[in-house]
Amino acid sequence: MIDKAKAATATTNEVDFELEISSDSETVEGRRQISDAELKSIAEALIFVAEEPIGAESIADLIDVETDAVEKAISKLVREYDSRNGGLQLREIAGGWQIATRPEHHENVRAYLRSKPSAKLSLASLETLAVIAYKQPITIPEILEIRGVQSPSAIKTLLDKRLIVAKGRKETVGRPMMYGTSKEFLIQFGLKDLSELPSIEDFRDLAGGES
Amino acid sequence: MEDNGSLEVTPVPASVPATENTVINVAGGQPEIRPDRDSDQLKITLGEFEGPLDLLLYLIRQEQVNIYDIPIARITDEYLRYLNLMQELDLAVAGDFLVMAAQLIELKSRMLLPRDPLAVDEEEVDLRADLVNRLLEHEKFKAAAQMLWSRATVEQAVFTRAEMETDKNNPEVAVGLFDLLTVFQKILARHKEEVLMEIEREEITMAEMIERLRNMVRSAGELNLITFFERAGSRRELVVAFLSVLELVRLHEITLLQRETFGEITARGASPA
Repeated sequence: MIDKAKAATATTNEVDFELEISSDSETVEGRRQISDAELKSIAEALIFVAEEPIGAESIADLIDVETDAVEKAISKLVREYDSRNGGLQLREIAGGWQIATRPEHHENVRAYLRSKPSAKLSLASLETLAVIAYKQPITIPEILEIRGVQSPSAIKTLLDKRLIVAKGRKETVGRPMMYGTSKEFLIQFGLKDLSELPSIEDFRDLAGGES
Repeated sequence: MEDNGSLEVTPVPASVPATENTVINVAGGQPEIRPDRDSDQLKITLGEFEGPLDLLLYLIRQEQVNIYDIPIARITDEYLRYLNLMQELDLAVAGDFLVMAAQLIELKSRMLLPRDPLAVDEEEVDLRADLVNRLLEHEKFKAAAQMLWSRATVEQAVFTRAEMETDKNNPEVAVGLFDLLTVFQKILARHKEEVLMEIEREEITMAEMIERLRNMVRSAGELNLITFFERAGSRRELVVAFLSVLELVRLHEITLLQRETFGEITARGASPA
């Protein structure tokens, strides 16, 4: 994860560098003057090369324009992508923007990549993940309390897959480690942020409702 | 117990007395215990069991009772019957199941006792409330897990672009001495297998070999090391070839790239830095 982040900044820096060179000639005092069309295409280029979802703010900082302007440009781009009905989508995920294929093409894409769907998490791991996602930060004893069962291997799996991360220690007896979901979790489950998760109370109808 | 308490029942003990007719189906599905009408024996199907709360929920559904008004005595009996069954089948019963059993028995006995007449007459507390809340909470998270599962399924159909060379694993850093040695050993091994007729000894000096490598890299731009090593006619020449690779790397004249772990290594003229 750290390596990834480093690489991402490294990539960003290179772009920054090039832009600085080119911007010498056209820099106006303070904010650069960029036409909407140009901004849109720069944003698209950056989103394309970014290894991880890239936020409007990062783009704005990079080319020195207002975040608002970038956000507007991106939403225009999104509309373009949608109306074009092409194989790609521009979507918001894990607090940033990402260009990805549309799910309906998965069979062909997979055939080309010769990839199989990666192994799904076991039900136990998913349940543990759900508890962590909704109750974070949460300690292992608290997870046990809710699930009624020890889940060491589920937690190990989730840590290995980097879906959860340690979030410090709880200031209580034994100072147990607290866990929460990671950015990878948002990416793998296609979430903009945690608030996009349906409220846990919404599951009540599904749960106790029948009896 | 393996993975968080789901019951893994493979292989079934060959001779378990009193349960010879037992049908066990481990793969997925809901667990079921069905008394066989014709005999005293039970047929059971074990599904993926996540723990005592799952078992309880299952029993409640099985008995078709209201989750807000659980007949504790009946459910406790069922629960214990199930535990016995698991033990009879030689299944390791996870401690979590026993903890729940103890809690159920305690609950059952407290509900049988008359209420303490001396107790301050507070509003009547349903002793079962705690358990019911835990069960409801558990059901909610089960539903949440289902939701995550379907989200993940959709996400698995979405792909982003492949990694570019600038992305995280810059292959130049990834080649170590041992990777080089591995390539070298591969070639050596291949040479061993070939029967070579040595007519006359052709000596090639280190300097000549370095020159050859330089030329090959220069003309090809990118040179697969295997191609280079394969040109060597003898073991001795191979050693010289290997040394010359090391030498040019040391002099920063070439850089080595390995695009994937244990992949082939290519040499490239070092960019004039």
